[in-house]
Amino acid sequence: MHRLGVPSWVSNPLLISLHAALEATVVVAIFGVALGYLLAKGRFPGRGAIETVFSLPMALPPTVVGYYLLTRLGGPGPIRDAEVHLFGHPLTFTFTGIVVAQIVESFPYCVRFSRAAISMVDPRFEQAARAMGLSRWRVALLVTLPLARRGIVAGVALAFGRALGDFGATMIVSGSVPMATTMPIALYNAVFYGSHEQAMVLALVQVGVAMVILLGVSRLGKVRPW
Amino acid sequence: MTALDVTVTRHIGEFDLDVAFAVESGISVLFGPSGAGKSLTLALIAGLLRPDTGKIVINGDVVTDCEKRIFVSTQDRRVGMVFQDGLLLPHRLVIDNVALAVRQAHGRSARRSIARAWLERVGAEELADRRPGSLSGGQRQRVALARGLAGDPALVLLDEPLSALDSKVRRELRELIREVIISSGVPALLVTHDAEEAEELGDQVIAYRDGRVTGRRTIERPVGPHGEPGPTEDTEAT
Repeated sequence: MHRLGVPSWVSNPLLISLHAALEATVVVAIFGVALGYLLAKGRFPGRGAIETVFSLPMALPPTVVGYYLLTRLGGPGPIRDAEVHLFGHPLTFTFTGIVVAQIVESFPYCVRFSRAAISMVDPRFEQAARAMGLSRWRVALLVTLPLARRGIVAGVALAFGRALGDFGATMIVSGSVPMATTMPIALYNAVFYGSHEQAMVLALVQVGVAMVILLGVSRLGKVRPW
Repeated sequence: MTALDVTVTRHIGEFDLDVAFAVESGISVLFGPSGAGKSLTLALIAGLLRPDTGKIVINGDVVTDCEKRIFVSTQDRRVGMVFQDGLLLPHRLVIDNVALAVRQAHGRSARRSIARAWLERVGAEELADRRPGSLSGGQRQRVALARGLAGDPALVLLDEPLSALDSKVRRELRELIREVIISSGVPALLVTHDAEEAEELGDQVIAYRDGRVTGRRTIERPVGPHGEPGPTEDTEAT
């Protein structure tokens, strides 16, 4: 990026943002679509409770989510012990920490969109597929998910946008250390230190990225990826 | 051998289904007004629903037995289905819709070649690479028929396969359905509310009303080139 003449105060946070949001989105897409499928198709007790818990970050201020993550991930207890065991250090004030924050913040969007899209698939297609000898797994993979793809793609893209745009939770968990400074935090810092030109550029870049995402969603919804 | 033996009850809301019948090879028709429980019976046979009580035997295999708590899942019943509006999967090519139903071969090309042979048998080979959304009603039902038979089923169930079509196409497809099913040797159970269709397609007709079997009749037909069932005894109403 430097060779392209992009200053590091733009390229560093942009790359960190894109990298973290992509990692978060991969996790969110896998588990979010799976949970959306379970909520749409499963008949088990506690479904409503699960949905409420996973939807909470949509209704809470991101700083509240950030606060709980900071105290749970960083405070003494079994969660921090597990982090140290897995990563060698606690996740607060690290790049992985912001990925976790973005996963929590964007997960509900993917679950909700996927669940809605999967519920709207005409069940008779699934019945027809079962009568064709397809197992439940193959029905889900070859019939239900492809037919629900538009809603799922929209949900995943929205989750990516949410992860990319998160400020409150990321800020609290990362503490604004340089290796975990995302675009929204860089913008905040620029405003805070009175660098208005930098702020303007950082804001404009984020508008551009958001537009690319939205265009991508409308394209993806139209093409047939299989 | 008896192709299908059904003795079931099922209660849904105000509606009560309580039927018992058996069918031999050839085409058997469940005939009756809408709301008589015909499609519900097909769903029970296909394993899409469970009966409250009773037993279903397909080609000698017990697929449902409420007393013994046997319930073979739909995908393991070797039943082919043809629905009123085809229900072809809109995101797959015609050939892949049929190939997906092929159980007796593994590998994409083997499945596809069986699928292509079935498309030829129903006169739809030129549709192989089209999307279901671009087909006419008649074309769709030809493909649906190919798909219903492509999986080497022990029984094929047809739920009002012609009722969404106009009368000219319906007549054409009646002949095709009869010819293809009889020559395939797969026993078929077809649901219709159209008396003419029941007469023309069926080797035997089972009359349905209000969730009960009200009569059955064997249609006399000359023995055809494919060895379809010949004439037997006539009306035996209950």
